[in-house]
Amino acid sequence: MAKFPKPEELSNIDFAPPRKGWMDLPVEFKPGMFCHGSKPKSLEAVGFPNPRDWKPADADWKLPENWKEIIIEGIAERLRKYRSFRLFMDICVRCGACADKCHFFIGTGDPKNMPVLRAELIRSVYRKEFTTAGKILGKMAGARELTLDVLKEWWYYFYQCTECRRCSVFCPYGIDQAEITIIGRELLNLLGLNIEWIAGPVANCYMKGNHLGLEPHTIVGNLEYMLDDIETITGKRIKPTFNRKGAEILFVTPSGDLFADPGTYTAMGYMMLFEELGLDYTWSTYASEGGNFGFFTSNEMAKRLNAKLYAEAKRLGVKYIIGGECGHMWRVIHQYMDTWQGPADFLEVPKSPITGTVFENARSTKMIHIAEFTADLIKNNKLKLDAKRNDHLKVTWHDSCNTARGMGILEEPRYILRNVVNNFFEMPEDTIREKTFCCGSGSGLNASEDTDLRMKGGLPRANAVKFVHDRHGVNMLANICAIDRATLPPLMDYWVPGVKVAGLHELVANALVMKGEKERTTDLRGEPLPGLEQKEEKAS
Amino acid sequence: MKLNDILQEKKSSIVKRWFEAVLESYPEDARGPFRRREAQFANPVGFTLAEGIEGLFDALLKGMIPDTVSAFLDGMIRIRAVQDFTPSQAVAFIFRVKTLVREELGDAVVSDRGMAAQLSSLDAIIDDLALFAFDIYMKCREKIYDIKAQEARNMTFRLLQQANLIAGNKG
Repeated sequence: MAKFPKPEELSNIDFAPPRKGWMDLPVEFKPGMFCHGSKPKSLEAVGFPNPRDWKPADADWKLPENWKEIIIEGIAERLRKYRSFRLFMDICVRCGACADKCHFFIGTGDPKNMPVLRAELIRSVYRKEFTTAGKILGKMAGARELTLDVLKEWWYYFYQCTECRRCSVFCPYGIDQAEITIIGRELLNLLGLNIEWIAGPVANCYMKGNHLGLEPHTIVGNLEYMLDDIETITGKRIKPTFNRKGAEILFVTPSGDLFADPGTYTAMGYMMLFEELGLDYTWSTYASEGGNFGFFTSNEMAKRLNAKLYAEAKRLGVKYIIGGECGHMWRVIHQYMDTWQGPADFLEVPKSPITGTVFENARSTKMIHIAEFTADLIKNNKLKLDAKRNDHLKVTWHDSCNTARGMGILEEPRYILRNVVNNFFEMPEDTIREKTFCCGSGSGLNASEDTDLRMKGGLPRANAVKFVHDRHGVNMLANICAIDRATLPPLMDYWVPGVKVAGLHELVANALVMKGEKERTTDLRGEPLPGLEQKEEKAS
Repeated sequence: MKLNDILQEKKSSIVKRWFEAVLESYPEDARGPFRRREAQFANPVGFTLAEGIEGLFDALLKGMIPDTVSAFLDGMIRIRAVQDFTPSQAVAFIFRVKTLVREELGDAVVSDRGMAAQLSSLDAIIDDLALFAFDIYMKCREKIYDIKAQEARNMTFRLLQQANLIAGNKG
């Protein structure tokens, strides 16, 4: 039987956690704070090293004998290859500007979630192995040996960073913590230390073209199901094409939009918009994923998956690509694609067939974001919009980290929103635009087993939503990211019940007056339109 | 001597110490950032806890108005229910105010005969508060598991709907 403390012992409890230096506190794997380890079949599918069954909480990680050598050589290789990584290992002055900017630190209070300390996890090993001061002075110079405990600490905390880059906005040196996490994860992947929530989608995307592993007939089936709904709502039957050679535009969106609500309403929105424009576009059932979970694994894997989009564009002979509402897809396109495989000279510089606008910003990648495309349509007065149809919604805008900080799409969605809804309220200044707070689930951390981590990491975002919910009655959180659409609903459910989540083009399609449509009585979700609630009741 | 008057007089000191007592449950390096009371959006944990502590203390003084107490307590417990605390650690801070009040009053006042009954009623209210906090804690944890179940359901909902295994909005 367990020993019960005596009353006088109980009254002497010290409530403060023990005071120790961070290097002396070994990592503790807390339930709800990490994801399942990668399965062997997921690593085998893409030829990744050390596929085996393993559990992160187990003592034995089944590592190759020379694991330490592999990591140190891996660091050396990346120091040679990436100037950014080399710089970020050396230049931090520990000013602390980043310390309280990370949503995971803000939510957990765990000092190892301070960006500076997360970087120190790897810097300390870098100093020990690659700097003279570190080799000689050891701990005094902030250096430490790479041990199994250190490796476990890396794994735990590099999968507690969503690569959102909020900290880098505040860093006077511009150190990009996401780049450090990316390299940290690359190194871990050399030993087969991934999480299944990332490794599984990567394997699926590599084999079948999308993260969810949807096969062509399922993709068509899912979209047709949405087309039935669109017909019920608008009276119009839309007939999109699939894998059509010679189409002007290839449209690619995250597969989450094809599968689960509320992303499906956004996908309905895309199709209604394109139908109204008479756009010459095609879906592909092979390049059917805008997202790129390879990006959460290694640069090489991200490049391999990204290449598939362009190979498909080439095969179909389209002029350019429009991408749907996705977050990290756009960081990949905007900041990496051109280095990996650009310029995509076999495609043409995107030019809107409706307005004639040439998207010079996509001159090299030949891929534009649907928010740019739609904002241009509205600016040129090409859409008939009835914002009153969204009057049952009080909307606020969540800047997704990757599109906001990674690409600068700040104004386009706001411009669109102001044209399609009458009630739009911004969240407080320090929580939007470049300073936006992450959903807490990005970079492949949107699993179910780490819900506690997600709720903590999402607290700063939810806290700002709660403010506009309490003050203005906001009931809809709009965004342009599939991970947001999947993870913000549970986040709202926990922190701000009563706030739903929508993609931008769901709201566009609600407001879009289509030629020949019947009088609409409901929005895309089947909810009665404002003023028609009673009519709906009578009808039922 | 009325306990309430003394507590009102010593409010700022007790509230400050009570807040510090809550902060003690976090790692030392986190306490500095969490202390920044003015940062409502940059520091939701510290802000909510500080505001909550003050709100709860006012409720102890002025009588427990269920809606007000519920709002303050919910904000605090909702946060602590997802942080790395055991259930008892998550709500333990409520009891700390008993000791703090006695320390602030001083031995002479505490041992005053007229004070014993008043302190005893205050203790009873604090106990109620703790029980209430535990209810909220349980609701929050149940919500987390509900969210997990809901996510699993959402992942298969469309497929089941298409296979006509679930009645969807298409009837």
